Amino acid sequence: MTAYTFAEKVLARAAGVSAARAGDVLDVQPDIIFSHDNSAAIRRIFLQTGAQRIARPGRVAITLDHAVPAPTTAHAQNHAEIRAWVREQGIGHFYEVGRGICHQVLSEEAVVLPGEVILGADSHSTHFGWLGAFGMGVGRTEMAALWATGVLWMQVPESMRITLNGRPRPGVTAKDIALHIIGRWGADGGQYRSVEFAGDTLAHFTLDERPVLPNMMAEFGAQNAYMPPDQTVFDALEARRTRDYTPIYPDADAIYAQDETIDAAALEPVIALPDAPDNVVPLREALGQPVQQAFLGTCTNGRYADLEAAARVLEGRRIAIRLIVIPASAEVYARAAASGVLTTLVAAGAAIGTPGCGPCMGNHMGIPAPNEATISSANRNFRGRMGTPDAPVYLANPYVVAASAITGCISDPQEFLS
Amino acid sequence: MSQHCVWVYGDHVNTDVIFPGKYTYTLKSPEEIASKALEDLDPAFTREARPGDVIVAGRNWGCGSSREQAVTALTGRGVPAIIAASFNGLYFRNCINQGLHPIVCPALVEHVRTGDEIELDTARGYIRAAGRVFPIPPLPPSVRAILDAGGLMPMLQVRFGGGR
Ligand code: SF4
Repeated sequence: MTAYTFAEKVLARAAGVSAARAGDVLDVQPDIIFSHDNSAAIRRIFLQTGAQRIARPGRVAITLDHAVPAPTTAHAQNHAEIRAWVREQGIGHFYEVGRGICHQVLSEEAVVLPGEVILGADSHSTHFGWLGAFGMGVGRTEMAALWATGVLWMQVPESMRITLNGRPRPGVTAKDIALHIIGRWGADGGQYRSVEFAGDTLAHFTLDERPVLPNMMAEFGAQNAYMPPDQTVFDALEARRTRDYTPIYPDADAIYAQDETIDAAALEPVIALPDAPDNVVPLREALGQPVQQAFLGTCTNGRYADLEAAARVLEGRRIAIRLIVIPASAEVYARAAASGVLTTLVAAGAAIGTPGCGPCMGNHMGIPAPNEATISSANRNFRGRMGTPDAPVYLANPYVVAASAITGCISDPQEFLS
Repeated sequence: MSQHCVWVYGDHVNTDVIFPGKYTYTLKSPEEIASKALEDLDPAFTREARPGDVIVAGRNWGCGSSREQAVTALTGRGVPAIIAASFNGLYFRNCINQGLHPIVCPALVEHVRTGDEIELDTARGYIRAAGRVFPIPPLPPSVRAILDAGGLMPMLQVRFGGGR
C-alpha cells in the first residue's frame, strides 16, 4: 500500500509528516490563510484568545470584496477596522475595495501555488483546486486560531474521484458539468470529501473555466476539490509567483471511497431551479420561465471568458430586463474594457458594477424585489440568498444568463449564437 | 472511569434532527439550544436525558449542515461524549473544537440498548458494556489537548492568556 490520493499527499506535506491516510488527524500548517470583510469579526475572536500578534503575517491575505464600495456606515466602519488591523499586524497580502473577489484575486496574484494548502474563512475556498492546491473553508474561530498559531488540526478526508471524459458539446460549460454532478449525487454527495477530478475533458477547459468545478464543489459538501495542474496553469502563475513549488498528483492506484466516471460529451445544458443548487434539470425543461433580473458575475462565473460569452450572445442586441454585470476582479474589468467586451455589454443595456461579490449574497447592487426572479451565474440559490426571501434564483451558465436577459424569460442561447 | 446511561440511535442521523434548523436564528442561549436537543429524532431524549448520559450511534452521525449548535445542544445537556460507528467530518471537527469527545467505536452500537449502563474510561481508552470491553482509538496529542482544554477557544486562552 504505497499509493496515495491528492488529499493524503498534500496534507502530509503541509503537516511535515512522511505519509498520511484518510482519517488521520494532523497538525497542518497552511501555506496561506485568508479572510475578507469578515476579518473584523475574526479580529474580535482573535483578541478574546489573548494573542496579540498574528503568527505568520506574511502568509495572511485579506480582500475587501463582499460589500464594496461600502453600502452603509456600518460596512464602512467594518472596512476601516480591517485596514487599521492590516497596518498594525503587517499583513502580507491586502487587497482594497475594487480589486475583486478573494478567490479570483488570490488566484491572479499567484498568492497560492500548486501543491500548497490554503485555508479561507469562506465556504468557497474549494475554488483553489483549479491550480492543484488544497483549498478548504474554515469557521471564524478556526481562522482566529490560525492567525494566532499558524497551525490547525485537520482530519485527512476520504477522496472521491470523478473522471470526466470527452469534449463537451457547444453550449455545455464547466458550470453545466458542476451542476450536473451536484444534481446527480445531491448536495451532500461529496460530504467532507476531497473531490478529485481526472479525465481528458479537463484539457478542453479554458483557464477561466477551470475554477468553476472546484468552486461549486462547496455546494456538493466537499471539503476540498482538486484538478491536476498542467503547463497552462504553471504558465499562468509564472510571472507573479514569489515561491518555488512542487505540484502534487494522486497515484494512479490510490484508494478512493467512491470512483465515478461521467461522459461529458453526452451532457446537455442544465439549470438549477430555486431554492437549492442540487435542484437541477435540463435547461430545456425550464425554458420560458419569466425572470425580471439577470446577474452575471461572482467567483464562479465572473471571469473574462464569462463576460465574453455574454457579449457573444448580446452583440448587436438589446436586453428586455435589467442585466447586472460585476467583473470578478479589476483585471477582468480592464481586459473586458480593452477588448471591447464591456462596450458590447453596455450597448446592449447592461449595468456594470465595481469588481467584488456584488448582489451574490444579497449585500447590495442588485437585490431583487419580492417575487422577482433572477437568473444568475452564481453558485448558490438558497431562499433569501440575494437578500429577499420570496425572490427565486435560477443558476445557469453565462450564455443562458445573457440570452434570458434579451427575452425576459429563461432562454436557449443557441438561438442567438448563429 | 465513570458510569453512563446510553441513548442508542442508528445510521446517518443528521444535524437537522439533532438541532432543528428552524431554531438556528431564534434560539441563542445555551440553555434554550439544549432544550431542543434531538427534538425531531427522539422526544424522549429531549424530555428525559440527564447530565452524564451518553449517545451511542451508528454510521455518519451528524451529517448535514455545519451547524455548531448540533454539538452545543448536546454539551448543553451535559452529554460528556458521543460514541458512534463513524462521524460526519464537519461534525467531528465541531465536537473537538467545542470540547466534546467524539469516540469512534464501530462495534458498540450492536451491543447496547437505550437505557443500558456503560463504563467509560477515556484516560485508559476503553468502554465496558454488555460484559465486553471495547477499545477507544487514541486521539493525537494535539487533538487531545484541545479536548482537555474544553475546546479551541479555551485552549487558545490558556496559551495566550485571554478570557475572563
Ligand atoms: S462571489 Fe458570492 S460565492 Fe463568491 S465569495 Fe463572493 S459571496 Fe461568496
